[in-house]
Amino acid sequence: MRFLVYLFIGTFFGFVMTKSEAISWYRILEMFRFESFHMYGIIGTAVVLGAIGVALAKRFGWTASDGQALKLNPKNFSVPRYLYGGTLFGLGWALTGACPGPMFTLLGQGIWLIGLVILSATVGTFSYGVVRHRLPH
Amino acid sequence: MLEWISQPWHWSVSGAAIAAVMFLLLYAGKEFGVSSNLRTMCTIAGAGRKYDFFRIDWRAQRWNLTFVAGSVLGGFLAFYVLPSSEPVTVSAETVTYLQSVGLSAPGAGELHSSFVPGELFAVDQLFTLRTLLVVILGGFLVGFGARWAGGCTSGHAISGLSNLQLPSLIAVVGFFIGGLFMSWVLLPFILQL
Repeated sequence: MRFLVYLFIGTFFGFVMTKSEAISWYRILEMFRFESFHMYGIIGTAVVLGAIGVALAKRFGWTASDGQALKLNPKNFSVPRYLYGGTLFGLGWALTGACPGPMFTLLGQGIWLIGLVILSATVGTFSYGVVRHRLPH
Repeated sequence: MLEWISQPWHWSVSGAAIAAVMFLLLYAGKEFGVSSNLRTMCTIAGAGRKYDFFRIDWRAQRWNLTFVAGSVLGGFLAFYVLPSSEPVTVSAETVTYLQSVGLSAPGAGELHSSFVPGELFAVDQLFTLRTLLVVILGGFLVGFGARWAGGCTSGHAISGLSNLQLPSLIAVVGFFIGGLFMSWVLLPFILQL
């Protein structure tokens, strides 16, 4: 029963990704070329509303539906992993025009080559798991 | 109403809806982050037998796999059941650029979707060098980079920045260093291949 809730939220997410056009390779190119405000508007609105909501949740002690604290786990501070990992991610994001969420959404739209992108991304994650001890974090 | 939600949404509506997704997941006791699923898929495929990074209880991640299955379904509904009547509208400068590098503008090519260029994503392009680079190298970088950075756009740019986490800001700066270098320096070269 609870899984229906996640299925529903995920379906809403896929719908939003499509109607926002954030799944579009063209929109990502346009964003990195600074030729439209569209993607900055989407991310900016989400972050501003998100930050306001999170601040209110902390101020008033809002909890999750089960009474537990909200899962806002702060990440450990360091620079290399976020900067290097983020840069590799950005190279891939601008090349495929898709970050992980949109990859799955595009799969539902008959863009079959995206299936190979997902497979490669999984291999990329696996490779990270293999060599991570040798990488700076 | 159906007509209204079928058309492309204004960025402010889209941004608010993405924030709503994050809060719905927080209220359900979960954390918004799509790339974690790639790790879970490695674990399910048996990667944990040799590599401790994948020694996680994948059952605890079933909710996230269900979320992703939903996003496939949502993509299907938004594209086939409630389709937009217009192709993606990018700026005139972007269209000019696309033409200069030999890519069709959104909706101008033969692909059934205006979201991606057919020159890169049509199935019959698979064995061209540039499509192989986009699909195989691009996917690999996304998967490797997201895990090294500990998250992707949803985990860092949305969830992390909303929580005012400095690590997420560094990650987003990295996303842009990589994205700008690809878009301005490497991509023009790759598209000529």
